[in-house]
Amino acid sequence: MSLTELVSLSLAAILAENFVLVKFLGICPFLGVSKKTDTAIGMGLAVVFVMGLSSMVTWLVNEFLLLPLGLEYMQTVAFILVIAALVQFVELFLKKFVPTLYTALGIYLPLITTNCAVLGAALLNVQNERSFLASTAFGVFSGLGFTLAIVLFASVRERLAYAKFPKCFEGFPQALITAGLIAMAFMGFSGLQVVW
Amino acid sequence: MANEVKQAEAEVKAEETLVQAKPVRKSDPRIKEIVLNGLIFQNPILVLFLGMCSTLAVSTSLTNALGMGLSTTIVLICSNVVISLLRKAIPKEVRIACYVVIIAGFVTIVELCLKAFLPALSESLGIFIPLIVVNCIILGRAEAFASKETPGYAALDGLSMGLGFTAALSIMGFIRELLGAGAILGHEILPVKAILIAAPCGGFLVLGTLVAVVQHFRAKPPKAPKTEAKDDTAPVEADVKGGDAQ
Repeated sequence: MSLTELVSLSLAAILAENFVLVKFLGICPFLGVSKKTDTAIGMGLAVVFVMGLSSMVTWLVNEFLLLPLGLEYMQTVAFILVIAALVQFVELFLKKFVPTLYTALGIYLPLITTNCAVLGAALLNVQNERSFLASTAFGVFSGLGFTLAIVLFASVRERLAYAKFPKCFEGFPQALITAGLIAMAFMGFSGLQVVW
Repeated sequence: MANEVKQAEAEVKAEETLVQAKPVRKSDPRIKEIVLNGLIFQNPILVLFLGMCSTLAVSTSLTNALGMGLSTTIVLICSNVVISLLRKAIPKEVRIACYVVIIAGFVTIVELCLKAFLPALSESLGIFIPLIVVNCIILGRAEAFASKETPGYAALDGLSMGLGFTAALSIMGFIRELLGAGAILGHEILPVKAILIAAPCGGFLVLGTLVAVVQHFRAKPPKAPKTEAKDDTAPVEADVKGGDAQ
């Protein structure tokens, strides 16, 4: 994979086709764990880690297990199992070595299993027939895109906590409208490409 | 004479219960509760805020919304029933993994069926069909309801939650297709198009506004309930309080 491809893949994954704001993958943690910037960063890094790992492992599973056996239709089932196992592993790892982050992430860490961004990245890799390296890079960059979006969103929300809203917009609608405005800003990146 | 009248009354009553819902047990108040919860009071999208990813992504048109909603409903009913049947067999420690595998199995079935019979819909929903696996509604209902209840109730819960999801999704799809593409079900009727509504950010904005409208009505003291049964009004008030606390 050439450097050009890598750069354009990273631009696409982080900005132009941001997982959260353009593709709508991983909205639940995006809305759920974004009240404080610190937890948002923690969540983002956990997702980067899990997505990078799961992209690698699912590529290997697909290439060396599913394709030779002609079991492509089992992709969804196999991938979700791999991801569930990985999340369990990350959870144990954090509990042992970074307990503060573990308590901060709380219920949302096991929820990475049901984070559609992780499964989505694995499925998109297969659909686009990416190579092993490209798959891993895509997983990591998409995770970074998720982190960028959630950290931006969390910092806006921290300030919004002091703003006055109409009563019916308080809570969830307010978060959605904020996310909508950030998504609107990200529309500006659409069509971004590397031209050498 | 009197006996005949009584008999007729009994028959009418029996018919009424049949019309209301296919009873698991006749005149069971829980049936009404489950149905109303799924459709209105605990609506997965507008009240519980579950399944946001697919909601925002596929609500660009009414057709997509209906297709997604019904696919999810089918998966939800099947997985609820199977999980409810297996609720005593699944060990507690690995239950989430078991649920996910069961759900993934049904999603694969639905995915293959859509590919075979409705290729156009399958194409436009794309990656969001396999992603039904990670739709929080399905896992949420498995954990909160199906793992504790009998299969009959679990199926009913799946149906009502699924239809509640479909209804809210269709409202979103209708609004976004009408405003964003100036069309209903693909037929253009409006000369103007607000492309922003059809763009990704429109999903957030429309859903945010819709939830705000719902919260506006929920914040008001509940009107005289349309149903006579008192059992139904209690959860309404509890829900409104819960909403305020959030």
